[in-house]
Amino acid sequence: MSTAAAAPAAPRQSTLGHIAYVLKDNPVTMLAFAMFAVIILTAFIGPLIAPYDPLASNAARALEAPSWDHWFGTDNLGRDVFSRVLVATRLDLTISVAAVALSFIAGSVLGAAAGYWGGWLDAALSRILDTIMAFPLFVLAMGIVAAMGNTIENIIYATAVINLPFYARLVRAEVNIRRNAGFAQAAKLSGNSDVRVLALHIFPNALPPMMVQISLNLGWAILNAAGLSFIGLGVRPPTPEWGIMVAEGANFIVSGEWWLAFFPGMALVLAVFTFNLLGDGLRDMVDPRRRT
Amino acid sequence: MLTIKDLNVAFRTRRGIVDAVKGISLELGTGETLGIVGESGSGKSVTSYALMRILDAGGTIKAADVTYSGIDLAKATERQMGDIRGREISMIFQNPRAALNPIRKVGHQIEDVLRRHNRATRSDAKAKAIEAMEAVKIRDAASRYEAYPFELSGGMCQRIVIAIALACDPRLLIADEPTTGLDITTQKAVMDLVAELIRDRGMSAIVITHDLGLAAQYCDRIAVMKDGVIVETGPSAEVFGAPKHAYTQRLVDATPRLGATTRSLLPAEARTPEPLHRPSDTPLLEVKSLVKTFAGKSGPVQAVKGISFMVREGETVGLVGESGCGKSTTSSMVVRLMDPTSGQILFAGEDLAKAPAAGFAKDPRRSKIQMVFQDATDSLNPRHTAARAIEEPLRQMTRDGGKARRERVRDLAHLVGLPQHLLDRFPHQLSGGQKARVGIARAIAVDPRFLILDEPTAALDVSIQAVVLNLLVDLRSRLNMSYLFVSHDLNVVRLLCDHVVVMQNGAIVESGPVATVMDAPTNPYTASLIDAAPQPPVRQLAA
Repeated sequence: MSTAAAAPAAPRQSTLGHIAYVLKDNPVTMLAFAMFAVIILTAFIGPLIAPYDPLASNAARALEAPSWDHWFGTDNLGRDVFSRVLVATRLDLTISVAAVALSFIAGSVLGAAAGYWGGWLDAALSRILDTIMAFPLFVLAMGIVAAMGNTIENIIYATAVINLPFYARLVRAEVNIRRNAGFAQAAKLSGNSDVRVLALHIFPNALPPMMVQISLNLGWAILNAAGLSFIGLGVRPPTPEWGIMVAEGANFIVSGEWWLAFFPGMALVLAVFTFNLLGDGLRDMVDPRRRT
Repeated sequence: MLTIKDLNVAFRTRRGIVDAVKGISLELGTGETLGIVGESGSGKSVTSYALMRILDAGGTIKAADVTYSGIDLAKATERQMGDIRGREISMIFQNPRAALNPIRKVGHQIEDVLRRHNRATRSDAKAKAIEAMEAVKIRDAASRYEAYPFELSGGMCQRIVIAIALACDPRLLIADEPTTGLDITTQKAVMDLVAELIRDRGMSAIVITHDLGLAAQYCDRIAVMKDGVIVETGPSAEVFGAPKHAYTQRLVDATPRLGATTRSLLPAEARTPEPLHRPSDTPLLEVKSLVKTFAGKSGPVQAVKGISFMVREGETVGLVGESGCGKSTTSSMVVRLMDPTSGQILFAGEDLAKAPAAGFAKDPRRSKIQMVFQDATDSLNPRHTAARAIEEPLRQMTRDGGKARRERVRDLAHLVGLPQHLLDRFPHQLSGGQKARVGIARAIAVDPRFLILDEPTAALDVSIQAVVLNLLVDLRSRLNMSYLFVSHDLNVVRLLCDHVVVMQNGAIVESGPVATVMDAPTNPYTASLIDAAPQPPVRQLAA
């Protein structure tokens, strides 16, 4: 975080050692990070290792069951499902990471300000967030995308907006309990302005619970993006995307071509599962108290 | 009545098995009060938990022979222990607020224990609970019965805890630091009450405390614990008057008491000559009719009611009073973390009250007034290493580059006696005394002329307190600083301060040179404070 940038002199050499310790201490975390690494890698090199062009249709080999040629089978236009699942990783991950990053940043700023200064600012922000939370969130996201247009950016914005209240509330609570802590007062005595005290001293202490929230939210964001695509309000065909592939494949399950929906669905499950497992490990990594 | 033979308690931790109590043996007769004293980590609380069999998960009692009136407590079943706890052996915990259930009326909590041991039925439980509350001298018990713990003061909560502990007429009472966190006058009231109840009911008691004065005053016999071992036992007068073991001697010496100097608190081999302390006559800080009014639910509340006092250059002024007297509000205003409602804070002739607290961080005078906080743990950012914490004021208020700052941090660590290798540690990896040093190093980093010390030693063990007090005395003369020393411990104030200011309910009731005020108080409140402070034992020197 920003503290690291501001403190080149601080002993950072132990950070890697600490991460290694957290991973070694908990095999589940280790597994989660390994799976996360695979997903990231796929997102980067997916298009390179995909055996077929994900958009190239081949009418002669449409709706083939999984085989050595086509590991995950082919769809109704003869496109290779395996290639499409691989290539879709980048898009799905981009949407979820971008959306979570946006809501994390905006939620942190709003929540921290509300928690630190309190008063009318806190009251106004809290009521606005309550209003957002009062909508059924997925319907709100649908509304935003429908109103603003069917683009990837708008999916990201919609996902960010519906996740924002969770971050803002969490940060508000974490900042509020530390507002008058001794170390915050000591920071003021050291000549830090209010903004610096908040950003560099109080806010970093809210990171451990935020990490859990982030990892859970990454999973939700992927599901949300896939859900929007599934109902036709999101990524448009023929772009490979897990949600849209499940939506298209769903029509063929009745006639026995299960692989069209199954493999992208499994990719979704795997990604969400990985993100959910990641949380505890991430929290342990950013919590200095875990260093002994 | 109670015999402990060779009690061992071990805890399983991440780093293997830790022996907390290593083979202690004790005996307690009927009607006797035994004091277990020792510093934190000595295993005194664990011993009492082991007796009650309420150790944390991971703690095991090994090879013990604990006999209470013929029952072997170490081997009793959980069902038997359930009957014994509360009816035969009761316990008073350290933090009365934590020991009470916050969402149940206190009267109901007393009823619970009565009903559990079949001392009351549904119909007469309330009457008996009120009776138990009256026994611990709670006035207007019938209406307090309906109160929730948060509606009562700390002393009142402790009385409720005592009422719960004594409701079923136990024969043995274990009190684990029963008055830590209470004001001294409340402490005296609570301890007098406990002593009286013990005497009237012919109970035995074990009082666990770190306060030697308290132990000397209320206990018949003393056991001194260190690192899980009892190093000395005997009648109180003997243990404290003529301690045999070197550790007991050190403990008795380190306790601030009448007639001691700061150097005499240290072990003999560490006593360097005390630096010359000559406060000048030039006033450094003058507080004039300072007022702070808070907006309360039922109208404005005046926390500080127009107080005036003065601190001269190089002088140490003690600000004394019980919780809620306004001393913390006063120190917050003087250190410019809070704006006064009215009044003047003249620092070297300039009125600081004119500069709003919100922007004072950027004021050039910021570095001249610094503060050492009460709770060293709370005042250090858990994410910053010791070096980073000490460096923080330098980073904001000096133009030094990274290299010069690191140099200065090392010098400061050396000045406060913090070993260099600890600088890379995070606060949770430091002990209480080390954290206190980090806090002091941070406060003196930018060469302040005026330092506010808010109970800097309240959370420390006596031996560490002795070292920190000496450090403060050294720094005072070396850096020519003035101190405002906020404290409730009159024995410490007497040691360190030149002048003392006594506050009650937001107003100053008495002030003057420390010796005058302490030895001949003119105000009845000051007199009651001095009277309530337990007098630590004085070691008789062998003739």
